[in-house]
Amino acid sequence: MTNVMEAKNVKLKYGNFEALHGISLAFPAQKLTALIGPSGCGKSTFLRCLNRMNDDIDDIKITGEILLEGKDIYHSHIDLVALRKKVGMVFQQPTPFPFSVFDNVAYGLRIAGVKDKELIEQRVEESLKQAAIWNETKDNLQRNALAFSGGQQQRICIARALAIRPEVVLLDEPTSALDPISSSEIEETLMALKQKYTFIMVTHNLQQASRVSDQVAFLMNGELIESGSTQEMFLSPKKEITNNYLNGRFG
Amino acid sequence: MHEIFLDELKKLNARFMEMGVLVNDLIDRGTRSFVEHDKKAAQQMIVEDKEVAKEAVKIEKKALELMALQQPVATDFRVVISILKATTDLERIGENANSIAIETVRVKGNPRLPDVEKVISNMTHQVREMLVQVLTAYVQENEKDARQMVLGHAKVYKDYKNARQMIIDGVEQEPDAAVASASYFVIIRLLERISDHIVNLASWVIYKTSGELFELIKPDPKEK
Ligand SMILES: Nc1ncnc2c1ncn2[C@@H]1O[C@H](COP(=O)(O)OP(=O)(O)O)[C@@H](O)[C@H]1O
Ligand SMILES: [Mg+2]
Repeated sequence: MTNVMEAKNVKLKYGNFEALHGISLAFPAQKLTALIGPSGCGKSTFLRCLNRMNDDIDDIKITGEILLEGKDIYHSHIDLVALRKKVGMVFQQPTPFPFSVFDNVAYGLRIAGVKDKELIEQRVEESLKQAAIWNETKDNLQRNALAFSGGQQQRICIARALAIRPEVVLLDEPTSALDPISSSEIEETLMALKQKYTFIMVTHNLQQASRVSDQVAFLMNGELIESGSTQEMFLSPKKEITNNYLNGRFG
Repeated sequence: MHEIFLDELKKLNARFMEMGVLVNDLIDRGTRSFVEHDKKAAQQMIVEDKEVAKEAVKIEKKALELMALQQPVATDFRVVISILKATTDLERIGENANSIAIETVRVKGNPRLPDVEKVISNMTHQVREMLVQVLTAYVQENEKDARQMVLGHAKVYKDYKNARQMIIDGVEQEPDAAVASASYFVIIRLLERISDHIVNLASWVIYKTSGELFELIKPDPKEK
């Protein structure tokens, strides 16, 4: 099993506050890794490190290495646009841009400099299909994305992330703002897409983590407490504190 | 929230232990009634066996309810599952003890084989000891002791095979004991089955404590 990405001893400071105390974790290809842990433990912070979304924050200091296909993404030669083409992101709140479904999904491609209209059309359709939202949008591609339901918006955002054909897709609590039916539709979509992409997903929903993930990493207070295969973590975690968290004893 | 779960779990464990004690008593009474030709005691026991089955259903109901409502995972999940599975083995042991009592009621003819009955008593003693050990390992979550149960079973199995030969030899010398010998065969087989279920109980202790799920190596009862 090859690792697409690997974090090595990643530490992060917001000013004087160290939010990550040295996280080392590898992300196997075509698997879904769930990042779980109590609020404020550093899940989003860590996730954002993986495509350098934290870079613009004032007074931030990141050390350690994050390897993407063997190369450190924090190396000075790395082109940010190229990096984000390889590592896409989906947020908690569906964040479609206030323009048409088509333009939303085509957005990343246009940014990446794709001009070929046919290619763009083809990619938009493919991506909407992959995100399981094609049937609901195909007759309304010019409709404003914001006119769709929350669950549909989120799948449009997933399509937007997939359109640039990333290697890795980061998802930060992608279903926490959605109703149970939309959530389970997103879960199904992710399950189907796992054959093509590597996912790293922050989730508060432990049942969701157990259903869709292959690997689970449990963080607490900026520390990686335990990680392992989902089976291992949900059946035989090594640490008592992991068991307690998984059984909802704190969080 | 987890207070409730832990509380319920404690109650469930206590129930399970009670059932264990009850079943252990049944083994004793079953074989004793047989050896002492006490049909009355055996009949009484057959009536009481329903209690074990009822208790098993109560434990299972409670365990399933915990699974559904509290949705435990990880270690908590294993604890509940192991109770669920161990209860089935305990219930089977109770049924086997009951079959011994049924054999007591059925047995006819007085010519008996005292040596064989002695072996039956020894096997009973051994099996009861094992049951106490495995239940203790269960509460103490003692994986090491649980693994030892295979040794006890090997001993029971050896006794079982010896007893078979003794019965055959005994009937040769005392043909009138042929009727009783049929019951002897049944009973030693039942005791061996009980021991086998005790090994299963041990594997649930191991699952509960380590998450390892495997069959402990047992001698094959079908082999000669
Ligand atoms: N931009 C920021 N500046 C300062 N502190 C921050 C910033 N973002 C997050 N933090 C702090 O870092 C810690 C981890 O936050 P976060 O990664 O959002 O946690 P999680 O996603 O696990 O809930 C928290 O204590 C949070 O208050
Ligand atoms: Mg977060």
